[in-house]
Parts: sequence; C-alpha cells; structure tokens
Amino acid sequence: MADNPNPDLDYPETAAPAAKPKRKGVKRRIFLAGSALVVGGGIFGVWWTDSNAKGRANTLIGGEGKHAFNSVMTIAEDDTVTLFSPHIDFGQGSHTALGQMLADELDAAWDGVKIEQAPADMAFANAALAKGFLPTMVGDTVAGLIPDAVIGMMARSMPLMITGGSSAVRFTGEVAMRRTGAAVRAALMAEAADRLGVPESELTTADSKVTHAKSGRSLRYGELAAGAATRSLSSDPVLKTRDQWKLIGKPVPRRDIPAKVDGSAVYGIDFTLPDMRVATIAAAPVRGGKLESVDEAPALAVKGVEKVVKLPDAVIVVAKGYWPATKGLAALSPKFTDGGHSAMSTPAIYAAQEKLRKAGGEPDNMGGDGDVDAAFAAAGVKLVEAEYRVPFLHHAMMEPFALTGHFKDGTLHLWGGLQDPLSTRAKAAKAAGLEVDNVVFHPMIMGGGFGRRFPDLVEIIDQIAVLAKQVPYPVKLVWSREEELRHGTYRPQSSAGLKASLKDGKITGWRTDYVQSGSAEGEVPFIYAIPATSRRHFAYQSNQIDGPWRSVNATQMGFYTESFMDELAAAAGEDPYQFRRKHLAPGSRHLAALDMVAKRSGWGTPLPEGVGRGIAIVESFDTIVAEVVEASVKDDGSPKVLKAWAVVDCGTTVNPLNAEAQIAGGLIMGLSSAIGEQVTLDKGAVVESNFSDYPILKLADAPPVVDVHFIESGAKTGGIGEPGLPPASPALANALSAATGKRIRNLPLLTQAKA
Amino acid sequence: MAIAFSVNGKPVSVEADADTPLLWALRDDLGLTGTKFGCGIAACGACSVHVDGAVTRSCSVPLSDVAGKSVTTIEGLKSADGVLHTVQQAWIDAQVPQCGYCQSGQIMAAVALIEQVGSPSDAQIDEAMTNICRCGTYPRIRTAILAATGQAAAQTGEA
Repeated sequence: MADNPNPDLDYPETAAPAAKPKRKGVKRRIFLAGSALVVGGGIFGVWWTDSNAKGRANTLIGGEGKHAFNSVMTIAEDDTVTLFSPHIDFGQGSHTALGQMLADELDAAWDGVKIEQAPADMAFANAALAKGFLPTMVGDTVAGLIPDAVIGMMARSMPLMITGGSSAVRFTGEVAMRRTGAAVRAALMAEAADRLGVPESELTTADSKVTHAKSGRSLRYGELAAGAATRSLSSDPVLKTRDQWKLIGKPVPRRDIPAKVDGSAVYGIDFTLPDMRVATIAAAPVRGGKLESVDEAPALAVKGVEKVVKLPDAVIVVAKGYWPATKGLAALSPKFTDGGHSAMSTPAIYAAQEKLRKAGGEPDNMGGDGDVDAAFAAAGVKLVEAEYRVPFLHHAMMEPFALTGHFKDGTLHLWGGLQDPLSTRAKAAKAAGLEVDNVVFHPMIMGGGFGRRFPDLVEIIDQIAVLAKQVPYPVKLVWSREEELRHGTYRPQSSAGLKASLKDGKITGWRTDYVQSGSAEGEVPFIYAIPATSRRHFAYQSNQIDGPWRSVNATQMGFYTESFMDELAAAAGEDPYQFRRKHLAPGSRHLAALDMVAKRSGWGTPLPEGVGRGIAIVESFDTIVAEVVEASVKDDGSPKVLKAWAVVDCGTTVNPLNAEAQIAGGLIMGLSSAIGEQVTLDKGAVVESNFSDYPILKLADAPPVVDVHFIESGAKTGGIGEPGLPPASPALANALSAATGKRIRNLPLLTQAKA
Repeated sequence: MAIAFSVNGKPVSVEADADTPLLWALRDDLGLTGTKFGCGIAACGACSVHVDGAVTRSCSVPLSDVAGKSVTTIEGLKSADGVLHTVQQAWIDAQVPQCGYCQSGQIMAAVALIEQVGSPSDAQIDEAMTNICRCGTYPRIRTAILAATGQAAAQTGEA
C-alpha cells in the first residue's frame, strides 16, 4: 500500500473515514470538482480592490479607440461593442446568449456586437458567478449582506472563472451582462444629454444610437463612448421588463457556428507554433500507481522521436509529430506499480458499497424531513423496497486532452481549453515551481468538456508544465483516446437502496440510502410532497477520481428517484403519470411541466405491441425538466428509442434555438449513458479502452425527433446545459419496463438485456 | 520517404514513414487541422475525409495507400470563390454544431452520402451516418441532410 494516495483508506472492504452527520450536507459541493471555493477558507486575504481590478481589465481590453466598461465590454469609436466572456465555449452556446443579454439592455445593434474570450487574468474573475452561487453556499440572508465589492474580491481570491454548473446565463448573464448593459446605456444617455443640452427624459436609445426626437439629432455610441467611460456606472440600474426585450428570448443564430462547418475553428489540439514538438503519454494503468522503471532506448530508436521524459507516475515521448510519438510510446515497456489497488474491481466496489449501506452505521450526510421510521412502522402501510446500481461514466469529450506549453525567458505560456482559466494558471504555476504571474494561459475553444475540464482534476496541466520546463522548444502534449478513457475523473460508481411506505395510493414515507464518494445533499432537490422523507449518504472512495459529469449527482439521483416512483406506482396499481401528479403540489411549476409533457406526448393513448412509454421529471440547476420516452426492444435485446419529448421550465429561455439543442443533446447523452456506457475496473485498472468497447449512442439509435417545449414561467432563470440529461435514463428504463414488464435497476441497460 | 498525392485539388508531397496515417500527415505535416483526431481506431469518424470521392476514416489509412490519390478535406468543400458547400450551409441553417469538434467528419460523411444516393431516405441516413457526436446533435444532423437535399425535415420541437 506504499503508493496509496490516501493511506487512511483500507478498501475495498471499508469506507472513507466517517464524518459527523450533517443535516444539510456540504453546500459548497455545488461548486463541482472541489474548485478552491471555500467560504471562510482564508479568502479575504490580500487581493485587489474592485477598482484596481477594473483598472487592470480596462488596460487589457481597452485602448486604440476602444473604451472599456466594468471589465465586461468595450465600445469602439466605430460603434462596435465587444463583450469579453469569462465563460469558455465548449459547445453550450452561452457566448451568444450572454451577448443577447448585454446587447438587449444596452440597445446595441446586434450586428455590431462581437463576443470574445476574456483574458485569463485575475482582473476578469467572475464576480457574477460568486454572487450567483453564494446563496447556495451561505443562504440568501447572509449572501444579501455581502457587498458587491467583497464578492468581487472573493471571486478573485478563489479564483473564479469557471464554466460549469449551468451557470453562464443564470448568473453571469443575469448579474453581469444585463446590469452592465443597462448601466452603460444610462451612462451613454447621460453623456448625450450633456452634449445635446437636453434632459435625459427626452432621449431614446436604439441600434447603438442615442436620439433626441424633438430636435431630430442623434449621437452614435462610438461618439459617446469616451465620455461615458469616465462616468461612474450604476450598480443597480433599471433593467428592461420582459415586454421590452428585443433579443432576449429570440432564436438568434449562434456566432460560433460558421467556423465550425468549414474547419477553420481552432481548438486546443489544433494549436501549433514554429518548431513545436508533439508529445504523448502513458500513465500508470492503475490510478495511484507509480512508474517503476522504463528502458528509453526502444522509443529513441523510432525515427522522429527526440526525448523520453519520466514523471513519477507516467512516461512521455516527445517527437516531431503525434504519429512518431505514438510509435515511440508503443515501443516502450514501462513498469508501473499498482499502488496497492490490485483488489479493486467493479464487483468489489458494489459489494463494499452494499456492505457499508447495510451495516447500520452513521451516515456521512443526511437530508429530508419528518419521521420516516414512524411512517414505515405505521399500521396498514405497504412497504416497497428496491436497490439500484450505476457505473462509472467517461466524459468522452470528442477532443482528447491537448495542451501546448512553451517555457521561455522565465515565463510559461500555455494554450488549450479548460473550464477555468484562472485556476489553470495557478495549477500550472505550482507544478512548474513558478509564480502565478509567470504563467500565461491562452484559453481556446474546447471539443466538449461535460465536467472533465475543471483544472483541479486535470493532470495534463501538471504534465505539460513539468514537460515544458525541460525542453527549449514549444511542445504540445496530446492524450490518446485510450489514455483519456482510462484516466478519467468519472461520474461516480454509485448504488442505492430505496424504501417507501404506501397507504391509500399515496406515499407516506420515503428513504433513499446511497453510497458514493460525494454527497448530493444541497445539490439535487427532492421535488415530491411526501410527509416523511430521508436521504442518507454513505461515503465510499475507490482508487478512482470521481468528478463532475454533465449534471453531476442529478444523473444517478434522478435515476434512483424516478425509477422508484414507477415501482411505487406499480405497487399502488396506478398510472405512473397520475401517480406522480398526486405527489406534486397543486399549482406548482413541477406539475405544470409534468402535465405539459404528458399532453404533448399523448400519454395514455394506445401504443403498438411491444412499445412502452416512460415518464420522469427531475429538477437540477434551478431548471425543471419532464421527459417522456417511447421505446421498444430490438431482436438482440437492446433498447430502441423511438421518440422523446422534453418540457422545460428554466424561467426564461434566453435563446430558444440554442436551448432546444442543449436539452435535446443532454437527453441523448442521458440515453447513451443509460443504454451502453460503463467504465469497469479489474485489478484496479480500467478495462475499457476506446469507443470500440465504450459505446456512445449513434445517430441510428438516437430518437429521430426530440420534441422540446419551453414553459416561460418567468421564475428565477435556470441553467440549460445540464438539466436535459437526468430524466432521460429513468424515462427510458420506465418505458422498457412498460414494454416488457421487466424492471431494470442496474445501468447500463445493455448489460441487463444480455444478462 | 516522400509520398505524393493531392489534397483539395493541389499536389502535395509528404516526407513521412509509409505507415503514417493520412490524418497525421494532414494535421501535422500539411497544417490542415479541420480534420480531427477522435479515437485513432476508425470508431468515431471525426477524421473523415474523401479519398477518390469515398468517405474514409483517415486515422486508419496509411499514407502508402493514399499515394497518387485525390484527398478532399473539410477545408476543400468550399467552391474556389469561397462559397460554402450546400451541406455546410445547411449545417449553419439548422444550427447543428454545439462543441463542433465532430462536425467536420459529420459533414464529410453527409456530403459523400448525398453524392452517392442523391436524396437519402431516413433509413439511408441511419445506415451511413455512423460518426459519433457526444453533444447529441443527431436530430439536427438529420434535419440538415434532408434540407440540403430539398426534403422536408421531420417535425421538431416548436422552439
């Protein structure tokens, strides 16, 4: 066990060290991947003031006839408005949505709005995100008392520039973009009023101009920008009302798409520099293992190979291109230790989880209300129990990890795509033994991420930092698909036991006991109105790194809850849709979404023989999504999804064209994972190697049509990138159960079909 | 050894081992990075190009097999005066890409399908379009292919 990264663990037989039960769980879990976001963790240290940060930001993005506002945008003298997004684009389309929100409040001409990536500089730390997440961490009351300037300081100290948590529109958009747009518009009007010598009340704005209708005079934003930039901006400007929106809520085409159809979009893996070398890597097959020895000679004998670099747990081959690097790596026979994890396997993990769950020990986290034990013990109740299992899941972002590094004149430059540019810098600096100021990160677009690109869990940052310092030339480190699949930060392997009591067709008590590394408390709401509920989390850690995977804990918690709801409906002899209705509050948004998806899908109408319908509803990231899936079983036992419906209440849909794609894509990714995906372990190492044995759903097996409908409830704006995913797997399992009478409790479905 | 072939109508010669996959010659030697690396085992299709008109997964074709042949990549689909191919325009009109990484390969596969069968049926689309898209853009890929061939797209959500 010498190499065990966590010597306190003696798995697979026992669990992580027990913590004291916490009533509401660890709220900062919402921050995904344990980004260094800890309230009270020394964050009020020595950091810039807000005005310092703004000054620096303005220096970085302003100049040359461009005038900067709020670290967010510039106006050029030719009227061009440029938005600098603190979020990175990895396919979710939030750049365009943020632009719509800013431009709408600003009354800017949409064609003159450009959207660029904010520099990876502390000055662009995302205060809006801190403000958005803060109530989840410390409660609304406390959050409301913290001044904006302090929130800005917190964002810089975290440092906070993540793309994740479905946060771009609901936090950055609502807080930073709309407010900045409105405040800058007010400053432009004030400037115009002074210049024209008229009262502001006589001025109107549209198409990047301020107009004085009475005198027929108007001034372009480009003419007013210099003066407006010297005025102080209101931190609480008047925002437009829904009926005044011209861009928010409209199906505006995404700005990034043209470059993605002609090959001109440059992703991290495409980046190149003169004299650049390409490297590839093999890390210890067993997570936690170390490199014991390697004979470098066979790689160096391959034409084009220039260097072999040993890391504590990996070996890297540097060559003139990716192909010779790959050949060189294949020629090596490195010896790795297993880190003491040789007993770790998929069945052993499930067995250990079950043992832990049934041992009667104290849970690590708890949630719920009411006396569940009393509900279960009450006279005349029918008790129903079921156990569920879900496997580790690979993110399978289509662009494998690639980062380019160049260490020159004491500064390390990095190019690539990660979900948090600021903590990328910090991590690279630490690995390279440099000050943060001596690391420059150039963010690039990403070929998918889905939670895999949070810097805290991305080893390639350390690898490239160490590698780049050892070579005099720029070097691009590329992970093969096999490396990517076998060294993931997976959606956790998790299992659960659910139990409920039924009386007179209603649920009187509900308990979910689940075992996995992290707690879902405070993250995934329980939406049903039941007198007594209890959720108990038992912490279990394997040798793998559990990471956030699109929609995080809502995937497995949604599967558990919504599969069990169908089992309870069956036990009560009721229709799954009607049974859910009885347990949702009358007049609630949840009930409205459920009713709408039932209506649109024709719930209750006859289906052909062998076809089943399944329904599920999950709330995540402040968005409610109800889905219906129609499916049958093919001759080979595998599921065939015929059609899918999704009804979404995210409060306000900023860009319905893109939101529809996000929901449909999330639904399809959920189906893909439910049908065929699993990462399994044997002797501590990942068994699967590539898309040949980790099947991603293809076009022919995806529903040809996903009917997506939005309910514009006007409630607090929710996320859109993740919430489409969680209802998909239970809706499919429920559909197959309806079609075959066989309940599926373990994912993926394919392993069940063939069992 | 130098291996000669043509790419997007221009003759090229690449100095590389004969077993070098076409993908890496395109990306590392010729700087045509629109063709993507996804899996290296011809399973995902991100690297799809046309070789003498046939859709081919370039990660698994050695350069020696390409000698003397004509290769078309995503960069070569536009007309000489820069007008997008009908399929590329259909991809924009249907707002297909999300992360976009697989879309070069998807478009190359769709163009080959349309060149082969004219107006593909849903079943032909199912059979031919086997490239992986992790973002799940499949319904819009289908819509774009039908639109590019003048067929009415299936009914989608109202959004």
